[in-house]
Amino acid sequence: MPATFTRHQQVDIERKDTGIGGKPPLIHRPTGGGGDGENWENHSEGNHGPRELLIRYRLGVFFALAGDLMFFIALVSAFFVRQSTGHFDVHNNYITDWRALPIPHILWFNTAVLLLSGLTIEMARRQLFHEIDVMEEWLGLGRPAVKRAAPWLAATLALGLTFLAGQWIAWLQLVHEGYHFLSIDPSSHFFYLITGIHGLHLILGIFALVAALIGLFALKKVEFRQIAVDCVAWYWHAMSFFWVFLFVLLVFFQ
Amino acid sequence: MPCILALLESSRVAWMPPDGALHGPIVDKLMFWNLVALCAAAVIAHLWLIFALLRRRPSSGTVPAAVRWVLIAAFCVMYSWMALTAQRLWAASRYDGPSLTAMHVEVVGEQFQWYFRYPGPDATFGATRPQLVNPAAGNPLGLDPRDPSGADDVVSSTLVLPAGREVDLQLRSLDVIHGFFIPGMRLKENTVPGMLLHLHFTPVDLGTYPILCSQVCGSGHGRMQARLMVVSPADYTAWIAGRERVRAEEEPGQ
Amino acid sequence: MKRVLSRIFTADHRTLGVYYLYLALAAVTVGTILSLMMRVHRVWPNIIIPFVGVVKPEDYLAMVTMHGTLMVFFVLTTAPQSGFANLVLPAQIGARKMAFPRINGAGFWLSVVAFLVLISGAHITGGAAISGWSSYPPLSALPNSGPGQGLGMDLWLISIGIFCIASWLSAVNMLATILGERRAGMTWSRLPMTVWAWLVTSILTLLVFAVLLAAVILLFSDRHFGSSFFIPMGDMIDGRVVGRGDGSPLLWLHLFWFFGHPEVYIAVLPGMGLATSLFANFTRRRVPGYRVMAGMLVAIGLLGLVVWGHHMFVSGMNPYAGTAFALTTMAIAVPSTIEVIGWLCMLWGGGLNLRTPMLFALGFLSFFIAGGLTGPLLAQPALDAYLHNTFFVVAHFHLVMAMAGIFSVFAGIYYWFPLITGRMMNETLGKLHFWISLIAAYGTFLPMHFAGLAGEPRHYDRLTGPAIGFPSLIPVERGITYSGALLAAAQLIFLWNVFASARRGRIADENPWQAATLEWANGTAPKRVERGPYDYDLPSGGGGFHPQWECPAQQE
Repeated sequence: MPATFTRHQQVDIERKDTGIGGKPPLIHRPTGGGGDGENWENHSEGNHGPRELLIRYRLGVFFALAGDLMFFIALVSAFFVRQSTGHFDVHNNYITDWRALPIPHILWFNTAVLLLSGLTIEMARRQLFHEIDVMEEWLGLGRPAVKRAAPWLAATLALGLTFLAGQWIAWLQLVHEGYHFLSIDPSSHFFYLITGIHGLHLILGIFALVAALIGLFALKKVEFRQIAVDCVAWYWHAMSFFWVFLFVLLVFFQ
Repeated sequence: MPCILALLESSRVAWMPPDGALHGPIVDKLMFWNLVALCAAAVIAHLWLIFALLRRRPSSGTVPAAVRWVLIAAFCVMYSWMALTAQRLWAASRYDGPSLTAMHVEVVGEQFQWYFRYPGPDATFGATRPQLVNPAAGNPLGLDPRDPSGADDVVSSTLVLPAGREVDLQLRSLDVIHGFFIPGMRLKENTVPGMLLHLHFTPVDLGTYPILCSQVCGSGHGRMQARLMVVSPADYTAWIAGRERVRAEEEPGQ
Repeated sequence: MKRVLSRIFTADHRTLGVYYLYLALAAVTVGTILSLMMRVHRVWPNIIIPFVGVVKPEDYLAMVTMHGTLMVFFVLTTAPQSGFANLVLPAQIGARKMAFPRINGAGFWLSVVAFLVLISGAHITGGAAISGWSSYPPLSALPNSGPGQGLGMDLWLISIGIFCIASWLSAVNMLATILGERRAGMTWSRLPMTVWAWLVTSILTLLVFAVLLAAVILLFSDRHFGSSFFIPMGDMIDGRVVGRGDGSPLLWLHLFWFFGHPEVYIAVLPGMGLATSLFANFTRRRVPGYRVMAGMLVAIGLLGLVVWGHHMFVSGMNPYAGTAFALTTMAIAVPSTIEVIGWLCMLWGGGLNLRTPMLFALGFLSFFIAGGLTGPLLAQPALDAYLHNTFFVVAHFHLVMAMAGIFSVFAGIYYWFPLITGRMMNETLGKLHFWISLIAAYGTFLPMHFAGLAGEPRHYDRLTGPAIGFPSLIPVERGITYSGALLAAAQLIFLWNVFASARRGRIADENPWQAATLEWANGTAPKRVERGPYDYDLPSGGGGFHPQWECPAQQE
């Protein structure tokens, strides 16, 4: 039994290459010429322009991050509930096992590093969307955007690795002070869980950064490079945002 | 007319077990009228459906928007009635604690057994510690021998209550979540480990009522049952005095 | 070899849709066999069941758990949402493919892995988990709290964790597709109602499965890393004190039901969308109040996020919270009622074309009414305090979620079968399948209301216990078992019909149901969509209609 049936063999229409030689991969619609980008609306099947491709990937990243945010919100609500639970001892006093965890000072440094990396990756992202550069490359006049974006991406990578190393040092310091994950403190469970899961996200982000850096040189089409850097940048921004959210929780709401 | 009124007053669902609690008849009456309303709605909807099915020749007549809104409004009224009546009942039984004259009994669930503890003449439950739990040695609840107020506590595997007196049950669990369910008293509340929950009611009719576990709690869940015996106040006094005597003989030193 | 692999790990959404249906078929087969074993055991406790022997209480609970988990996650979440959406959603919005075909494929194969991990639980020592599909801790948090709570429970948690990620991937893909891949002119008010439903279920999936994943991770940490999120101080199992911190079992209940209740809508909303489409098609009428109907789907989905507490009225939650959740739950009855009244008004004019898909859609409506109406009853804490965890609740959700959900799946399969195989399913067998299923389903689940009113709790492996017996219920229970067996047997007709029709069925016409939505356009879709999805009932009469792929210029 065939998996799915197609009555008419679908004719794959030879579509014009939309990259170099097609429409310029600009974010903004070209406004010169025949009205407000009228021909952009008339693509036949689905959306295939470079702008739509970028929007598709952005949508994907945003939705994935929305789910992720919900995941962290669930953890945080568990944090607050767990903080308030306790039990009555034999003398009928309500006691709780929650004791605030001393937050290692290096976390402040890490936070600053991560925020800085947000700036660098935003710089990298913007480099790829300069209209002049894009047009220059489209016209076959070299790849100015790549040259300018690569250092910013590399800087982000370095800062990201610094952040992860800093988190690891924070863990070591805590272990040194006697707060293991396997100890019975709920606050240390939450600390390791939250920083660990966030660190896992950042490790994924590091891989994505490396991929974007490779892609910056390997990908032939401008719009694919744009997509690679753009998606990583948004993911990275979300991770910075999540970290600030979690850090504030860990520092001020214990 | 009074005959019909009496019928309306005593309306109850025949499948439900006879109830022996003071608040029971109100619950039963509400249940009955809810079921009547919902069955009527279901029957009317299905008659409508069957009418449409049998109408072979399509009619161009549509249901006027006014009829639709009247129907929707009627249902909203029904839902509001349900919410309000049930809400009053819920508030009456759960918002306020028991009266000051209520007797106190502690209900403890453990895999797969119910225990009932009476505070004895001092009206105070002795302290318990889970480390001391030892059913084989006659201490299934872990009564602490150092606490004098526990010396007169009576632990029973049957819940014996005098008719006509309000009871405040304190629900506890030693291990997992159980569901304390007396169908004959229209009572249900989970016993949650780490929490002390209260449930108060007044048994009225003499008799024996089964007590079930309504929350899956392990392999013996289906066998986790006990009995509630509602007896006359005199019988109750005699029973508790007998248990106290046995208890005193058990622990002559205290 | 490479061709075989690329066929198996395909990124083609229509193939994946059929794969999802196969996955659901595998899960529903196992789940049904389990439920039949449970029914037989309840009525004849000492009978020896093949491959199981005499059912011990823990076996019964393992069956309940597996039945619930399989049916909820692997049948009612996969088939109506991922299965049908992969099959027709891109076509319905005029896209050539999904936004992320490979992510879509990964979502499917992760679901398969989750399924295999789950059923492997039945083959290990100790057996599968016994704590029900809601897995309340501390029972689920402590490995020695019962047989099956060791490795079996771990496998359950891993399976559900994987399934969460799989659902998350397919929801991201689905949302990006619906929002980004619509053809020019496919505006919000031109979307078929099914697409609206999938939009809402995808949003719900994205939000609630993330919470379930967090809860599963916390529970796993409690089991293996010595944490105490859900285990309270002094908790004791097997005579040993294991509780070390002040964990809260109620926290799990909140997290779980925040997922668990929207899950019900994930299962049933696609059916509501499909029923609307089918009612329009087979009555040849427009959908009256399209905007209202679509809006109510969204309203049900959004309100569904704030009603979870009605599963917890007697769980030890604050009684004031109970009141709040009772009110939100009662509020959700209003959009549901508006939907039902909308459907009934569509059907009022009669002249229904009673083909099999329409019959199943009507069956869906009937179950939705019959099962849905007990919802407002259970939303009242004072009454729920008696009915909670009795067979009344079992009857309620089997009618409104399981039967309505599965009937909408049948309606979808009969309706879209020509798209899958190019052939029609046999109408006579289809009608036989419908009527037997309808009667047997009511015969199975209506009497459970009586058992529930009599106070019979769920999860009891037999009717008689130390303190209670339900002698008056024995004939009722027998009837339920016979009826359940008939219901299962009727599905053999369906299976036969599917496989026989796929080979020898009548070749389908271009647009066999004269439908107006784009999945029937057969490659003739226009550059720009200019019409609504339900342009039936032309002023000129005669059953004519304007399909969505028709350009206005052509008909003038």
